[in-house]
Formats: sequence, structure tokens, C-alpha cells
Amino acid sequence: MKVIVIGSGRVGSAVALDLKAAGWEVTVIDEREEALGRLGDNWTGEFVVGHGMDLQLLRDVGIDEADAVVVTTDGDNSNIVIGQMAKKQFNVPSVVIRVLDPARAEFYTSRGLNIVCPTSSAIASLTAAVRAYEGALR
Amino acid sequence: MYALIAGGGKVGSNLARTLIRAGHEVTLIEQRGPRFDQLEKELEHQVHKGDATELFTLERAGIERPPDVVVAVTGDDEDNVVICQLARDRFGVENVIARVNDPRNQPYFDLLGIAPTVSATAAIMGLIEHEVPEHGLIHLLELKKENLEIVEITIGEKDACAGKAIGQVALPEGSRVISVVRDGKAEPPDASLTLEPGDSVLAILAPGKEEELRRVLVRE
Repeated sequence: MKVIVIGSGRVGSAVALDLKAAGWEVTVIDEREEALGRLGDNWTGEFVVGHGMDLQLLRDVGIDEADAVVVTTDGDNSNIVIGQMAKKQFNVPSVVIRVLDPARAEFYTSRGLNIVCPTSSAIASLTAAVRAYEGALR
Repeated sequence: MYALIAGGGKVGSNLARTLIRAGHEVTLIEQRGPRFDQLEKELEHQVHKGDATELFTLERAGIERPPDVVVAVTGDDEDNVVICQLARDRFGVENVIARVNDPRNQPYFDLLGIAPTVSATAAIMGLIEHEVPEHGLIHLLELKKENLEIVEITIGEKDACAGKAIGQVALPEGSRVISVVRDGKAEPPDASLTLEPGDSVLAILAPGKEEELRRVLVRE
């Protein structure tokens, strides 16, 4: 199975490492060459420096044959447009998009995209933790 | 008319000024602090501070009315795509216009059906084509929604169609001559009109048919 991870920050690099460990063929794209450092000294997957919106680059790394694309750059709007391109133009079967803004996350989820919103998850967890404390007092 | 403009750079601010001067209602959205302060001195309540890709910024700026047109002219293509998608699909705005900063990003706008788009690079390329006659065929206008384009071809002395009547030229399927410009006058494209060297033929056709049209008109 082949996956392309676009944006190798804290989240993207960790996803890439996990999938690599699980036996996936992983290609990581990041604008900054330093981002390779996050993948550790023993990274045996592909690493390409470039912008995730660069269609030629996406074709060059084989997006046409990818089973999955994970979009985790630091820009919500970049992630949204790249994710839609991967899904609608390149017909990648599994496209997962990180969006930090809950409002945009909700809208694009309603449009059929597979959005992961860490902000919404954090809000739910934090609220639940306080409610659990409240419950324990009763 | 009520226009909502996202992006208060040179393009957005001048567009706002022009529309206001013409008596239209305008709201301009600008994110950068110093630029906003500058614009607010001039435009006062007509400029809002914020990120136009945030739903609440758009709501505060009045997108729910909705505007007659939303114009996304920020310097980031991904932002312009998202602004137009939110305006059209979330808030029901009927007309959106987007600026394409990097022409390599045009496919994103096309894929997501965001039209019309305006690209300075594409416009300047059009002008260069106009000035460099060896290109033969000049793109004058793209009608994206209709999937048609209007082109201009100047007829040379040795060209295949010189001396032929329009009716004798086997034009590619679906293409049509709109007019023939001769000595600065636009002649109607009657089938009997004979093409002469120096004529500019204006034609409408589907994108992709340009080579075929060029072949029947200007090649021997």
C-alpha cells in the first residue's frame, strides 16, 4: 500500500513513521528540507522537498497510484484545496485532511471530505475531563 | 450592487475605490494589521479586519445578505479558492470572481468550478501573443462556463485561405467566424466574403480546436 504524506510537521511526520512501521510505502513532501529531520536518522521512505499544491510534483511522486493521501501542512486552506485535488482529480481512494478551524472542518465534512479537526477533538476532551470531575464530586 | 471584496492589497483596494466611486456598496476584508489601519483611515466602516476564510469574518462582513458578488483577490490562491467555495456553497452567493496569483494553480479553480478567474500572468501572456505575430493565433477571450473561446487569426499573403470566400473554408466542427476585421472595420462574416491578406479573422470555437482552425486558415 502506498501513501503520500503532505506536510511533515509534528503530526505529519509521526503519521509517516507509524505507517512506515506498519509496512506502507511512504512518500513525504515538505517545503522545508529541515523537515526530514523529524523523520529520524533511519528514515527509509521517500522524502521530497516541494510545495504540496505543485501538481507536477504530485504526479512525479505517483499520486495516480497512491492508495492514500494525508494532508497535514500548517495551512488549513492549503490542506483543503490539496485534499480536494487528490480526491476529485487523482481519485485517491483514501484522502485524510487536517483542518484546525472547527467551522471550516464542519463545512468541508458536510461536503463529503474526510476531515480530522484536532481543535474539535481537544475541545471535546477538555470539556469531558471537567465534566468527569464534576460527576465524581456527586 | 453590493460587493464583498476579500483582500485589501493593490488590486482589492483599487477595486473597492472604483466601485464606491461608481455608487456601489462595498465591504472590503483585510487581515494584515498595518494595511488595515491604512485602509480604515480612507474607507472607514467599509473595511473589516479579519481572515476572509473564517466563516465568522465573512458573516460579520455581511455575507448572509448575500452580496451580489464576492471577489477573492488575496495574494494566496488557496485562500481565494476557499473564500469562493464558502461564499457560493455555504452562503449561496451567486457570483464569485477569483484572482489566480500563480497560473500553475489554475487547475484548482477549474476543478472546483470557480469561475471566472483573473490572472495577471495570463493576461500579459495574451498581450505578448498579440504583439508577437508568429504565434499566428491569439486568444482574445475565454468563456469558461460555455467552454468556448474567441480567437483572432491574421491572414498572410501565402496563407491557404487568402482569396477564398468564407463559405469555401472547411472550418472545424463547432467553430464559427464572428467577424472579419479589415482596415479597422468589422465586416459581417457572410459566406460570400472573400478573405484577403491582412484580414483579422475573429472566430469562436471550443478549446482544443485551435490547431485545426489554424491549419485550414493559415497553412498552405
